[in-house]
Amino acid sequence: MANNKVSQDTGDLKLDRVSKYYGDFCAVDDLSLVVPDGSFFALLGPSGCGKTTTLRMVAGLEEPSAGTISIGDTDITTQKPYRRNVNTVFQNYALFPHLTIFENIAFGLRRRGLKDVKSEVENALNLVEMGHLAQRKPNQLSGGQQQRIAVARAIVNRPEVLLLDEPLGALDLKLRRQMQIELKRIQTEVGITFIHVTHDQEEAMTMADTIAVMNLGKIEQMGSATELYEAPKTAFVANFLGQCNLIKGKVTNRANGKAVVSAKGLTFEVPLSRVATDNESVFVGVRPEKLRLDDNGINSIKDCVVIDRSFVGTSTQYLVKAPWDLDLVVFEQNDEGLHDLRVGDKVSLEWDAEHTFALDGAQDINAGADLDDEE
Amino acid sequence: MAFLHGLSKSHTGSGSGLKSRSLTPYILLAPGLIWLITFFIIPIFSLASTSTMVRPEGSQIGTYVQELRFANYIDAFLASREQYLRSFIYAALATLLALAIAYPLAYAIAFKSGKFRNILLVLVIAPFFTSFLLRTIAWTQILADSGPVVSAIKVIPFIDETFRINNTSTAVVIGLAYNFLPFMTLPLYASLERIDPRTLEASGDLYANGLTTFRKVTLPLSMPGVVAGTLLTFIPAAGDYVNAAILGNPNTKMIGNVIESRFFAVVDYPTAAALSFTLMATILILVTLYIRRSGTDELV
Repeated sequence: MANNKVSQDTGDLKLDRVSKYYGDFCAVDDLSLVVPDGSFFALLGPSGCGKTTTLRMVAGLEEPSAGTISIGDTDITTQKPYRRNVNTVFQNYALFPHLTIFENIAFGLRRRGLKDVKSEVENALNLVEMGHLAQRKPNQLSGGQQQRIAVARAIVNRPEVLLLDEPLGALDLKLRRQMQIELKRIQTEVGITFIHVTHDQEEAMTMADTIAVMNLGKIEQMGSATELYEAPKTAFVANFLGQCNLIKGKVTNRANGKAVVSAKGLTFEVPLSRVATDNESVFVGVRPEKLRLDDNGINSIKDCVVIDRSFVGTSTQYLVKAPWDLDLVVFEQNDEGLHDLRVGDKVSLEWDAEHTFALDGAQDINAGADLDDEE
Repeated sequence: MAFLHGLSKSHTGSGSGLKSRSLTPYILLAPGLIWLITFFIIPIFSLASTSTMVRPEGSQIGTYVQELRFANYIDAFLASREQYLRSFIYAALATLLALAIAYPLAYAIAFKSGKFRNILLVLVIAPFFTSFLLRTIAWTQILADSGPVVSAIKVIPFIDETFRINNTSTAVVIGLAYNFLPFMTLPLYASLERIDPRTLEASGDLYANGLTTFRKVTLPLSMPGVVAGTLLTFIPAAGDYVNAAILGNPNTKMIGNVIESRFFAVVDYPTAAALSFTLMATILILVTLYIRRSGTDELV
C-alpha cells in the first residue's frame, strides 16, 4: 500500500527537443530548455502557446511525442506521475472537496507511507499561514485561502520541482499582488525549483529569476525580466512584455559599434549589441517611458501631434502621431518638467541610442500585441 | 385573475403589486399541492382508516366497518413475515447487482466515452420506451430452460441437467436488477460526471496510483450518486410484485404480491392496507438509517 518508490533525483530540470502533437496540431515544437536547480522559472505566453502542455509533460500528465525530460541524470520522460518527484499546484487548485484541509495536505505524505504526517502538515500549514483552518473543508475557504492550501499540499512533499499552473488566475488583482510576494517568499524559504506558467507578464516579471516567453509551441526568448524588457529579440517579446514602439526602417551602415537605420528620411542610431538581426530590413524599437518630449537627442522625430492623453497617477500617457502613418506611445513621469500637453499640441520626440533596439523587419509588427488580456 | 389584476397594477406602485408578488410562490405551488393532496394525502388517510377496519360477521365480501382494530397490523405481519423478509433480501441483492453493473457503466460513460457520451446515455434510458411488463416477460424468454443463458451455463461440466433459472429466486433478483438499472446508472453518472478531472490528476500527482485514486478520491466523491442510486433501486424493488409474479414461483412471492392478492383476489382490504403501511414504515426506517450512516449530507 505504501508507495515509497518515488524517485529522489536532484539537479537541473532538462527538456531536450521535446515536442507534443495532438493529431496534426503541434502544441509544443522541438523545445529545449534547462531550469537550474532551485530557481524560480516562469513560462510566459498567451493561451494556446504550449506553456501548460509543457508543464503537464513535466508533471507526467501528458507524454511527449518526441524528446526527453530529465531531472539531474535521471530520464523521467515516461515515468508515471505518481513516481515523479514533482508536484503541481493546479489551476483552480483541484483540492479534494471530501477531505479536510489537514487531510488534503496529508494526502501525498500518506500515499508515500511517511511517518510524522502530523508535524509535517502543521509545518506546511504554518508556512502558508493557514494553521487555524486545518479542520475546515475546501469549500468553506475563500479563493486566496484555497490557493495557499494548494501550495501547501504540493510543497509538503518537498518535491524537486514544483509546477504552478496559472495559480493566481482566479484571484482578484489585489490578492494576486499579495500572493505574488507570498509565493516568492515561500520559494526563497524552501529553495525548491519553481516552474510557474502564466499569461500575465507582470506576474512573471515580479516573481521569476528567469522567464521563457513562449509562442506557438516555441520559446521566443529566455532571460531575466530586465533582459527581456530592455533588449527583446523578437517583435512578439517586445509587444507581449509591456508596450513598445516599433518603427520600420533599413540599416544603412554598421560600424563603430553602432548601426544606423534610416526610416522616412530620418536616421536612428542603435548600438550593434542591441541589433537582433543581420537583415537590412529592421524594426527600430523603443519603450514608451524612454521617449522624451524634446528634440535634441540623437534619435528624434519632429513634427508630431498629440492625439490622445490619459492621466494614470504616476505618469501621463500620450498617444502621439508621427508625421507619417505611425502612432507612438509616450509615458511621461509626473514630476518636475512635466509638459502637460493637450490633444492637438505639436511635439517632438527624442530618445537615447542606448535605449534603442532593432529587430528583424520580416516579422509581423503586431505579433503579441493584443494577446495579454486573455481570460 | 387576482394575479393578473396585481400585475397590471404593480407598475403604478400600488399595494396590490406587492401583494401579488407575495402570492406568486403559492400560485406556482398550487398545481403540485392540489395534485399531492388529491392523490397522495387523501388516499393515505383513507388507506390508514381502512387498515383498522373489520368485516362484520356474515356480511358481504368487501364490506368493512371501522373498529380501530390495530391488531390487524400484527395479524397481517405474522401471516406474511416470510414474504417481508424475502422482499428486503431480494431488493438488497438486486440493488447490489445493479450497483455492480451500473458503477463501471456510469464510470465509462462519464470518463471514457468521449463523443459517444450522449448516445450511451440515451441507450441507458432506451428500455423505458417499451413497457415494463413486456420487458419483464421478455426475460422469461432469455432465461427459458432451452434459452441462450441456461444452454450456455449447461456447457460447464458438473452442471445438473435439471438446472434452470426461470421461476427461481435468481430470476426474480435478475429481473429486479434489470428493471431498476437506469435508476442506479443515472444518479451515479451525474455524480461521477461532476467530479473535476483535475482532482483525479492531483491525486496522481500526489503519489496515488490508479487504484488508490479510485479508492481515495473517485469513490468518496461519487458517494452521493451511490446513495441516490441504491435508494432509487431498493425502494421500488422492495415493493415490486411484477418480477416475482412473472419470473418467480409460489415460493418466491414478495410482499408486493401479498398486498396485490389481498386487495384484488381475496378482497381483504384491511390486511392489504396494514401490510402497505408496514412496508412504508420499514422502508422509511431503513432509508433513514442508511442515509445517517453514509453521511452524504457532508458531501458537496
